[in-house]
Amino acid sequence: MSAAFVSGIVVFVLAAFVGLEVISKVPPTLHTPLMSGANAISGITIVGAVIAAGVGEGTFAAILGFLAVTAATINVVGGFLVTDRMLEMFKKKPGRG
Amino acid sequence: MTDFLFFAAEAESNEGTLTLLLYLASAVLFILGLKQLSSPRTARRGNMLASGGMLIAIVVTLIANDITSWATVIAGLVVGGGVGALLALKVKMTSMPELVAAFNGFGGVASALVALAEIERNDAAFSVETGVVVALSLLIGSITFSGSFVAFGKLNGSLPGRPILLPAGKSINALLALGAIGVSVWAIAAEEAFAYWIVVAIALVLGVLAVIPIGGADMPVVISLLNSFSGVAAAMAGFVISNSALIIGGALVGAAGMILTLLMADAMNRSIANVLFSGFGATTSSGGPIGDKPVKSATPDDVAIALTYAENVMVVPGYGLAVAQAQHAVRDLANILEDKGINVTYAIHPVAGRMPGHMNVLLAEADVPYDQLLDLDQSNPRFGQTDVVLVIGANDVVNPSARADETSPIYGMPILDVDYASTVVVIKRSLSPGFAGIDNPLFYLDNTMMLFSDGKAAVESVISAMANV
Repeated sequence: MSAAFVSGIVVFVLAAFVGLEVISKVPPTLHTPLMSGANAISGITIVGAVIAAGVGEGTFAAILGFLAVTAATINVVGGFLVTDRMLEMFKKKPGRG
Repeated sequence: MTDFLFFAAEAESNEGTLTLLLYLASAVLFILGLKQLSSPRTARRGNMLASGGMLIAIVVTLIANDITSWATVIAGLVVGGGVGALLALKVKMTSMPELVAAFNGFGGVASALVALAEIERNDAAFSVETGVVVALSLLIGSITFSGSFVAFGKLNGSLPGRPILLPAGKSINALLALGAIGVSVWAIAAEEAFAYWIVVAIALVLGVLAVIPIGGADMPVVISLLNSFSGVAAAMAGFVISNSALIIGGALVGAAGMILTLLMADAMNRSIANVLFSGFGATTSSGGPIGDKPVKSATPDDVAIALTYAENVMVVPGYGLAVAQAQHAVRDLANILEDKGINVTYAIHPVAGRMPGHMNVLLAEADVPYDQLLDLDQSNPRFGQTDVVLVIGANDVVNPSARADETSPIYGMPILDVDYASTVVVIKRSLSPGFAGIDNPLFYLDNTMMLFSDGKAAVESVISAMANV
């Protein structure tokens, strides 16, 4: 196994623990926005999709790349926008005006 | 230094140190964003930080790589961005669970496609460890994709929400899983692109068959788990293309989804394995005869009178509230009560609705301040001092047999102890049992009034009755 691959595993494990620490304190009220926000972050695969689409050669690679970029972008743009839409509603209101 | 921080230095796209540090910056923004999502005050900023991190990652990727087919990339960004924005801005808050399911699916398929593109580019010639992560990206990404779209169909009603049990379903799934692993080994050993495609095909079928037998009320667990999978798939794709931003982002989401999955399973007092494999709710369990026990059927006037003389009122929403779109009517009723000096709070069970936090989002949409939304631990001590509890479209989460009846299938599940309140008003279409197929003794208690109606119509009729009290 290459040293690079091993350091990848190190990064993965440490990041998972950071995730567990950071997220275990989210109150139930915010569980839906947390999930859709996290969902948008999983769209980071867009980086791989852009590389696949941008440097690939041939029609088939182009089709795969295009589909990957499209799916990942739906995930990223849709995920962040809908999370923002939800969070906009979570305001502390002093009763009604 | 570079090698320690970021092994992507070896990637063939000759990324410089600056590129790697910018990917680190976006990963840090993801972590800070998730952290700020833990408080309603900072959550919106947190989401913006995370999206800023994403923007950095995308721009860096576009600049640092020798992109030759700009048309393909831009077409994907425009089409995906348009579709994503349209879905996000058009969706009704009640439909949030199916939207999140769909987004999970898109994330999963994107990771699988990234791995497929790598297979095409390298003609499936990988080192063993890269072959393993390619196979894992395909497997997890494809299962996430097909599983999420079955969940989507169940949630939006295009597929039946009840569990669909296939004969020998579990054995078939076990065989498929073993087959996928076997074919993966073949693909890696023989460096055979075709074999990787077979892995995709098996995983797609497995995703469908795994989610089909799971009932609607168990969807909070399923969506959380698929959310976790979409993260793990992204992390695996990160290993495939040697990119630490993907590995970190994916691991964070994998962890977040896993926490929610465990919380949801705990809230049902069931293991994740039980939720996934038991086909819970497929058969109508004993339940006993329904309808020959006396229930007190109430009119909207009865409810209005009970509410008028109350000091403390608690509302317990369930999936029925979402189906009936009753959140605004509930808020209107609460306004009337608050004007009379009555204290109104909302008790929300963790698995009320179809995804974690579903009820909270609906009530927030109806302008209910979040500090009136109480979770299970905050609510239960208060029912004893509550004059009227309004149960709207909830059933199993308020079933006292979970507390008392050791033979009940839901025995041991933490419930909201609404029966401790002086008066319980249950708004429900009929006496039909809930998702678990279990009769609810709450309906037959002396202090329970049943208001048989659609949730929204019932609340509106109580509002008009209030005017005459």
